[in-house]
Amino acid sequence: MSAAAASPPAIAAPGGIASALRRPGTLTIWRWELRKLIAQKRTYLGLAIGMVFPLLFVVAQHLRHHHGHEGGNIFFAQITQSGLATPVLTLIFEGAFFLPLAVVLVAGDIVATEDGNGTLKTILTRSVDRGQVFAAKTLAALTYAAVVVFVSAIVATIAGVASWGFNHVTTFSGSVVPPGEALLLVLAANACYLIPIAAVVSIGVLLSTVTHNSAAAVVGTLAVTLVLALIPVIPGLEGAKPYLLTTEYNSWQGLLRTPTDWGPILHSLWVCALYAVPCLAGAYLVFLRRDVAGG
Amino acid sequence: MTEDAVSGEQAPPVRARGLVKRYDEVLAVDHVDLNVRAGDVYGFLGPNGAGKTTTLRMALGLITPSEGSVELFGRDPLRQGARALEGVAGFVEAPRFYPYLSARKNLELLAALDGGGARERIGEVLEIVELTPRAAHRVGGYSHGMKQRLGIAAALLRRPRLLILDEPATGLDPGGMRDMRLLIRRLAGEGITVLLSSHQLPEVQELCDRVAIVDSGRVVYEGALADLRRQGGAGYRLRTTDDTRALGVLGEQTGIEHAAAGEHGLGFQAEEPAVGALSLALAHAGVGILALTPELATLEDLFFRLTEGDAADGSADGSLDATPAQTAARDAVQVG
Ligand SMILES: Nc1ncnc2c1ncn2[C@@H]1O[C@H](COP(=O)(O)OP(=O)(O)OP(=O)(O)O)[C@@H](O)[C@H]1O
Ligand SMILES: [Mg+2]
Repeated sequence: MSAAAASPPAIAAPGGIASALRRPGTLTIWRWELRKLIAQKRTYLGLAIGMVFPLLFVVAQHLRHHHGHEGGNIFFAQITQSGLATPVLTLIFEGAFFLPLAVVLVAGDIVATEDGNGTLKTILTRSVDRGQVFAAKTLAALTYAAVVVFVSAIVATIAGVASWGFNHVTTFSGSVVPPGEALLLVLAANACYLIPIAAVVSIGVLLSTVTHNSAAAVVGTLAVTLVLALIPVIPGLEGAKPYLLTTEYNSWQGLLRTPTDWGPILHSLWVCALYAVPCLAGAYLVFLRRDVAGG
Repeated sequence: MTEDAVSGEQAPPVRARGLVKRYDEVLAVDHVDLNVRAGDVYGFLGPNGAGKTTTLRMALGLITPSEGSVELFGRDPLRQGARALEGVAGFVEAPRFYPYLSARKNLELLAALDGGGARERIGEVLEIVELTPRAAHRVGGYSHGMKQRLGIAAALLRRPRLLILDEPATGLDPGGMRDMRLLIRRLAGEGITVLLSSHQLPEVQELCDRVAIVDSGRVVYEGALADLRRQGGAGYRLRTTDDTRALGVLGEQTGIEHAAAGEHGLGFQAEEPAVGALSLALAHAGVGILALTPELATLEDLFFRLTEGDAADGSADGSLDATPAQTAARDAVQVG
């Protein structure tokens, strides 16, 4: 260190008080949380899952032999007729497990990684409150979730349209929608899918805060969603189905009806809030009070 | 706001009252009172596990005290959060950074969390800790000492009025340790209050004007370092033309205690008048005095006496036990 350097500039604040400093806002912390995510490898793992799944799906449909009529999903029946059926189908399949997995990779890590690196004490001894740090982290995990979901949707749309054209689609209710409107519906469907995903992120943030361990938080959150998905299969518990977070993974399908069925979307708003609000409130309180003794 | 500004001017940098931290297995901090005054270079000493880091963690608001409170410039970090840390910087135990970011990026992040003009000082603080050539490298590849230096840079970024350093010199090379001493002295010269936890007793003796010594979570001494050293008993070292006869004279004189022959002549403890009388008595007995020098106990001696109860020197031990933390209130007295 060059403390002995000749007449160095003063380190102490002139006037001796730092109160002239403006305290940084939560959005500043959020921006840095995003920069930290950009610098970490696991961020790209989740993104890769979101991008690879639609591509694999499209390749598989190319290899497969298509008969004229297929039972089940109406979008499957028109997969080779319109590229816009692809993002709908990938959201159905990917949305049940792979997108929650991709999103939880970051949500479960967002607080625990600071425990692992011992950096909580570093950022909590600056000019920001714990509540701000928590809010910024939650916001960053949600931002990442939205990015993963939309990147996946965009990849699926591009791959689908490139393969089978930008054509009209037939919705669940049987009405024909022109391609421009269908594209908007696809984007809106993904936006609605963010509602249950926000609840999954909240569970991830809670476990990340409570366990201090990112592997435990990621696995724990996935275990919770698996258990929720299995509950309606158990005889006697079918009645719980409308209140399960995993059921809401499909609530966006109400958008693909004419007239639009807002019922499932409104239902998913309050059901998901039932999961998200207590999780985030609990995580917030734990984060505010916990002893930062590691590192 | 104005009320706060006033209290900020008058309130001491650190004021801990009855701090307790209880863990399941141990009482890590046991009713600790600390008084760090503006301008102090305050040494915080104690054996491993004495509770120093735990106390500093409570001061920085990282952990919640089981009992008691601590205020920084009159503000309680528990209740006022980041506001209480205004003008305060430092770190406990090894400073930690994001390993996947470069040193400069780490400092940019922390500057963003500081607000104000912290960002413009990054180059300057990197220069002070001599990390400029490595600033673009990921911290994950840094050596222990380099991280320690970066921790100091990160603290200086905040332009603190109070700097809390927990063993800042661990892992530094000899040049780094010397520079650390110079840096602390320079900061103190600029009016920055420094709370320094350290195991390097000679360094503390050189740098600090006031100290607190803790043992098993309790403060066994708080006050001026000079007072502590004087209470340690004034020792004297004596070299004569005839040590054997001199030892006999020492034994006969009143007010002379613990006379003993050592490698470098004789040692004893006494008050000044008794020393005057001794010199006459030695002359009378035909013993020539080659050297008679007063010696203050070193901080190291005192540290062991205070923290290892069964020290050989019974009387000095007693005198120290009689003056525990109450000396806090006394003013620091400078002695040569
Ligand atoms: N998180 C914790 N959980 C349980 N015990 C703890 C915890 N932190 C500290 N302790 C205990 O509290 C006591 C004081 O620890 P502390 O780290 O404050 O000591 P120290 O004075 O800083 O020691 P050193 O000189 O080794 O740094 C020790 O007995 C330690 O084991
Ligand atoms: Mg320690």
